[in-house]
Amino acid sequence: MGKPRTIIEKIWRAHAIHENDRGETLLFVDRHYLEEASVFAFEDLRQAKRPVRRPDLTYAVADHLVPTRGRPAGPSDPELSDVLARMRRYTSESGVEMYDQDDPRQGIIHVIAPELGLSLPGAVIACGDSHTATHGALGALALSIGASEATHVLATQSLWQSAQPTLRLTVEGALPPGTVAKDLMLTIIARIGNAGAVGHIVEYAGSAIRGLSMEGRMTLCNMSAEAGARAGLIAPDQTTFDYVAARPHAPKGDAWRAALAHWRELPSDEGAAFDKEIRLDAGDVAPRVTWGTSPEESAPVDGHVPALDEAADADQQQRLQAALDYMGLEPGMAVSGIKVDRVFIGSCTNSRIEDLRAAAEVAASGKAVIPVMVVPGSGSVKRQAEAEGLDRIFLSAGFEWLDAGCSMCVGMNGDRVAPGQRCASTSNRNFVGRQGPGARTHLMSPAMAAGAALHGRITDIRKG
Amino acid sequence: MQRFEKLTAPAAPIDEKNIDTDQLAPARFLMNSRADGYAQYLFHDRRFDAEGKEKTDFILNQAPFRAARIVVADDNFGSGSSREHAVWALVDYGIRAVIAPSFGPILFVNSLKNGLLPLVIDAEIAADLRRQLHAAPGSEIAIDLERQEVTGPDGARHIFEIAPAHRHRLLEGLDDIDLTLAHADKITEFEKRHAASCGWLF
Ligand code: SF4
Repeated sequence: MGKPRTIIEKIWRAHAIHENDRGETLLFVDRHYLEEASVFAFEDLRQAKRPVRRPDLTYAVADHLVPTRGRPAGPSDPELSDVLARMRRYTSESGVEMYDQDDPRQGIIHVIAPELGLSLPGAVIACGDSHTATHGALGALALSIGASEATHVLATQSLWQSAQPTLRLTVEGALPPGTVAKDLMLTIIARIGNAGAVGHIVEYAGSAIRGLSMEGRMTLCNMSAEAGARAGLIAPDQTTFDYVAARPHAPKGDAWRAALAHWRELPSDEGAAFDKEIRLDAGDVAPRVTWGTSPEESAPVDGHVPALDEAADADQQQRLQAALDYMGLEPGMAVSGIKVDRVFIGSCTNSRIEDLRAAAEVAASGKAVIPVMVVPGSGSVKRQAEAEGLDRIFLSAGFEWLDAGCSMCVGMNGDRVAPGQRCASTSNRNFVGRQGPGARTHLMSPAMAAGAALHGRITDIRKG
Repeated sequence: MQRFEKLTAPAAPIDEKNIDTDQLAPARFLMNSRADGYAQYLFHDRRFDAEGKEKTDFILNQAPFRAARIVVADDNFGSGSSREHAVWALVDYGIRAVIAPSFGPILFVNSLKNGLLPLVIDAEIAADLRRQLHAAPGSEIAIDLERQEVTGPDGARHIFEIAPAHRHRLLEGLDDIDLTLAHADKITEFEKRHAASCGWLF
């Protein structure tokens, strides 16, 4: 028996190609995902006249720029369609598969890669997008990289990484009724702060995490970046294996059995040491809503926006005031009852089938009084929702039922929140201007967002 | 990549924590061509109003701070997205170093790839530097990467920590891909081993 190791060390060691004398490891990348912003990485590569080393391990997708209405025509903005055209050309010339705007498998990369069985336990995954940690839900080490790093991966199928400190975040207990993974993650971020996991690779562990579905685990891992983490993952278990089995790209037959044997060895050994440990209890999680301009600025729906005298010092008071001014809120006001102008249900955080079911369950009980966009995370989620009749529930509640993509999460395709408008959103970032200049974002779960749609106000869905 | 050795230049204080990448480079500009540079997008929505006129209250629009080549910030600078545009905007504007108690992890890495020094320093020291810059707008900070030393406007010297690999890369202005391809045979060997031991991945 060797020294007990964490799942992170196990994956790391299994991918180490080389270590230099400055403490950096060259890690092999099993899967490299490209979205439209990777077009710059591709252009740098071509400028340097270098080939893509492993086109067979590289996958591209159109998700940020595609329109949610009027598919498959593509973006009406010529600049955006030019980006897609360039991406199309580069991928086809180098033999990289691209899930284009008219492909039935298309969707947000963090939704489709797990769905297609591309993201697997124990793999090292890299993507030039900050929510790559989503794939950690499968027990993969999924790293968010920048454009220069993406160029490097294209050219070498590897990534230099300095040893990263590890953090185990253990959540015990069961989530109370009416709460979901989104509420748990917003609670975690509120407790540990935006920078609470800064620079760390996080393993989420404990009975509350184990109790989550794969969709819930993806929501949780997705927001690792919002806690400052470099990556976040969950050890694979039966829930993971059941999810992965029979996915189009998942191993089959003997390969499946070999994979399972490997995956069962992945969980952190008893006694493995993490650089930091945090323990939380799931029992007091409530439906949670952000009130500010940073994901840590949230409160339970039955709570209130902080009063100015709750700030620790003058600096903090000033920051609080600035956030509230931007958000158009009064210090100390109740969260429940805040009037909203529109609702966005979608994004790589909450656009999977389970999210849509939760939203539809609420939508079934009324009619929207404000505009609502429901944007499924992938074509496949959309088809499944339609097979279950969720589209009819949304449509008869007056919700708009749209085509898959990032949409209003970031507004790059033109789906934007107007200046000064308040949006109840199931996405992951409430930064100033995130959903459009002057947009005011309140992050919450899909059921809570649907509740806001029916009342035109933030509403505690537990109260019916 | 531009090398970073020593720099003595005017610095601008940015007092808020959690300056995110959406502020550094708003998403709607992310598909714009790199040929024209990203300087005009840096802090775009804080620098300019809806008509494109400069907002006078933003620090980089105030005369003594316009020429800043160094930014002194607070915790979690550059948190948020992986967009390297945030770093391109800083670099194209002329910023060569950001001094802060902590950085968003991806921005930190992206900075190193673009010759921008992300200098981590104690929160107290960063706060003190910002105070000095407010008190004497336009004053300079000196950074010596070789010696890992930063000198404030008051002449006080502070030693800072930086990982040897990061320091080396900035000092040499190295192209990562060339460095890595020197190990091309190791990658090929690894690929063979990996395909044998984890065939189910491929
Ligand atoms: S849905 Fe939002 S957070 Fe997710 S990849 Fe798209 S833009 Fe990024």
